[in-house]
Amino acid sequence: MSTTLSASTLLAVPMAPLIGAALAGVLGTTFGGNVIGRRASHTLTILGVLVAFILSAMTLKSVAMDGARFNETLYTWMVVGGLKMEIGFLVDGLTAMMMVVVTFVSLMVHLYTIGYMEEDKGYNRFFAYISLFTFSMLMLVMSNNLLQLFFGWEAVGLVSYLLIGFWFNKPTAIFANMKAFLVNRVGDFGFILGIGLIVAYAGTLNYTEVFAKAPALGAMGFPGTDWLLITVICICLFIGAMGKSAQFPLHVWLPDSMEGPTPISALIHAATMVTAGIFMVARMSPLFELSDTALNFIMVIGAITALFMGFLGIIQNDIKRIVAYSTLSQLGYMTVALGASAYSVAVFHLMTHAFFKALLFLAAGSVIMGLHHNQDIRWMGAVRKYMPITWITSLLGTLALIGTPLFSGFYSKDSIIEAVHFSNLPASGFAYFAVLAGVFVTSFYSFRLYFLVFHGKERYDQNPDAHHDDHGHHDDHGHGHAHDNKPHESPWVVTVPLVLLAIPSVVIGFMTIQPMLFGDFFKDAIFINAAAHPAMAKFAGIFHGPLAMVSHALFTPPLYLALAGAVSAWYMYLINPAVPAAIGRALRPLVVVLENKYYLDWFNENVLAKGARGLGIGLWKGGDRGVIEGGVVNASWKLVGLVSGVVRRAQTGYLYHYALMMIVGVLLFMTYFVWLAK
Amino acid sequence: MNVTLGHFLAVGAILFALSVVGIFLNRKNLIVLLMAIELMLLAVNMNFVAFSHFLGDMHGQVFVFFILTVAAAESAIGLAILVLLFRNKNSISVEELNTLKG
Repeated sequence: MSTTLSASTLLAVPMAPLIGAALAGVLGTTFGGNVIGRRASHTLTILGVLVAFILSAMTLKSVAMDGARFNETLYTWMVVGGLKMEIGFLVDGLTAMMMVVVTFVSLMVHLYTIGYMEEDKGYNRFFAYISLFTFSMLMLVMSNNLLQLFFGWEAVGLVSYLLIGFWFNKPTAIFANMKAFLVNRVGDFGFILGIGLIVAYAGTLNYTEVFAKAPALGAMGFPGTDWLLITVICICLFIGAMGKSAQFPLHVWLPDSMEGPTPISALIHAATMVTAGIFMVARMSPLFELSDTALNFIMVIGAITALFMGFLGIIQNDIKRIVAYSTLSQLGYMTVALGASAYSVAVFHLMTHAFFKALLFLAAGSVIMGLHHNQDIRWMGAVRKYMPITWITSLLGTLALIGTPLFSGFYSKDSIIEAVHFSNLPASGFAYFAVLAGVFVTSFYSFRLYFLVFHGKERYDQNPDAHHDDHGHHDDHGHGHAHDNKPHESPWVVTVPLVLLAIPSVVIGFMTIQPMLFGDFFKDAIFINAAAHPAMAKFAGIFHGPLAMVSHALFTPPLYLALAGAVSAWYMYLINPAVPAAIGRALRPLVVVLENKYYLDWFNENVLAKGARGLGIGLWKGGDRGVIEGGVVNASWKLVGLVSGVVRRAQTGYLYHYALMMIVGVLLFMTYFVWLAK
Repeated sequence: MNVTLGHFLAVGAILFALSVVGIFLNRKNLIVLLMAIELMLLAVNMNFVAFSHFLGDMHGQVFVFFILTVAAAESAIGLAILVLLFRNKNSISVEELNTLKG
């Protein structure tokens, strides 16, 4: 294979953040004796991520410009029978793009953290974690085999767990990280079953080898059923993606993960880690293309997530949770695109979403800092006067999110809607409705957030919790005027990442839609069976450049739905604030359902968790105590006691009894030898 | 009447049976027990001598010497134990000696 990419350069990409993480994590914490200070920790980790970013950008350039590819195994971990477990890199358009997105957002978040975590005691630990996350995510996206993918998958899950529970003195954070971990276990169980099926039937973990066997796998049936094997494999893999990418009904951990510090909400729970599932399905496209059932399933799950999670965003009051539900909804969009076989569109939306959602999260964090750790948008308002940079960048991010023409989100979201429109799968009717309605919902909750935070009256003094807010105590960043309740603009380490993220949020869609969706950037990374799933081919037929797409959008519903959402948010929250309350009263049962998040948490806690506990208690009392302890252990000692109680009577202590026994024994032996043993 | 091997073996068997009965019918005296054991050994010696004579093999008589020696040593040890037992328990009644158990 002709390649201009060297293995050592690629190896340096994940290793640089790992070294940074190790140095900051070992030397910068009590673990290694606090040898290095805060400045050294953030310098080292940022340097590591910067190296990774520069090398990734160079890799992307040679992949995109020179058509360079890399697919080699660097290290064989072990060989079990015919199964090789290896570490290797596969670099093509998809990987190179993910590498740049991950390292860029990570770099921005590292920089931002200097300002956001300024006064936190766990400063060095935090830097070590986010660098470790960058390493894990890079291992995940660069992998050339399923085992390394799974390693990265679990490693990002681990770091996510550590970071959600970063403030480990906070019970809600501990609850949230446990929840994230457990829900992800459910998904990972499906994922590892899928990998296991691939190993069992394809006999290899390497992507290229698996894909080479895909047609053979596609022809097999699943033993004992009339299902296609490939359908079972794909649904198992997708269950893994549902856990990681927070798709209904395994989404419940993502809103709670907002207990973690805001920078990681941006990096892990919006821009990168949660898109691992989308990436994985896109990477596995040669398998998913073979199963219409799995694609329909994916589309339905994605459509439910896209629409119904958006509804939840409308009634939330916590600024981070609104953005979190928005993330869920956008992940649903990506999943719908995967289901429509428009993998490149899903990945395209993944990329644009990474930029504008990281921007929105970091801007939300900036607002939270400016408002002295108040996260409730009811007690915000008119922030734009005090935080101009945060305001402008948030506005750009919001416009990108709702799909304003020429912004990045417009290209990716409209492409998804078009792709679903052209999809020929049975589920696409429902999905098309969901993504269209989702446009209105997205626009509504985004602008509700935007107007309540940045416009309207100042409501900082009305916060009933302001003086006993436990959040403020342990990470109050001591900015000198904590008592005058007025917001203040954040330091440059916070605003610079906002500006740097705002730029791609605006322009990246316009610049890259042509090569990514219709060019050959992904041609060897993503496989589409155009005969069976013609959505992308039909979409390409009507695409005449990014500007033409804007003029086309003027005649399609999404633009007007977005506009309607923005206008109704403007009317309800700025002009006539009585309307939302009136609607809330009128639709009280609906609001109750939404406030309880469709009762999924209730269901999980009371049915699944209690059921599991009940099963455990039943097995403990019935199985362990009853059968094992009562039936096996106790019964055996009682039996021994009973038997020995009888046998003991033979041991009288009288010599003549023993003598008699000896003689009887001798007689028996003699009888045996003389008569029986002939 | 011609004395045959059968007669000797019968005497040996009778002696052996007497000693066996002496061991487990005896409830009173430990000395009787020791005597019964001696008798048992003598019964065996009787068999050895008889076989040795009738089969013309001297090995049997060699064994008799060994057994007599061992029996003498055994009686000496047995009587010594008996003396010690009597000193400790003030009795040599078999009935009362039932401590040989777990």
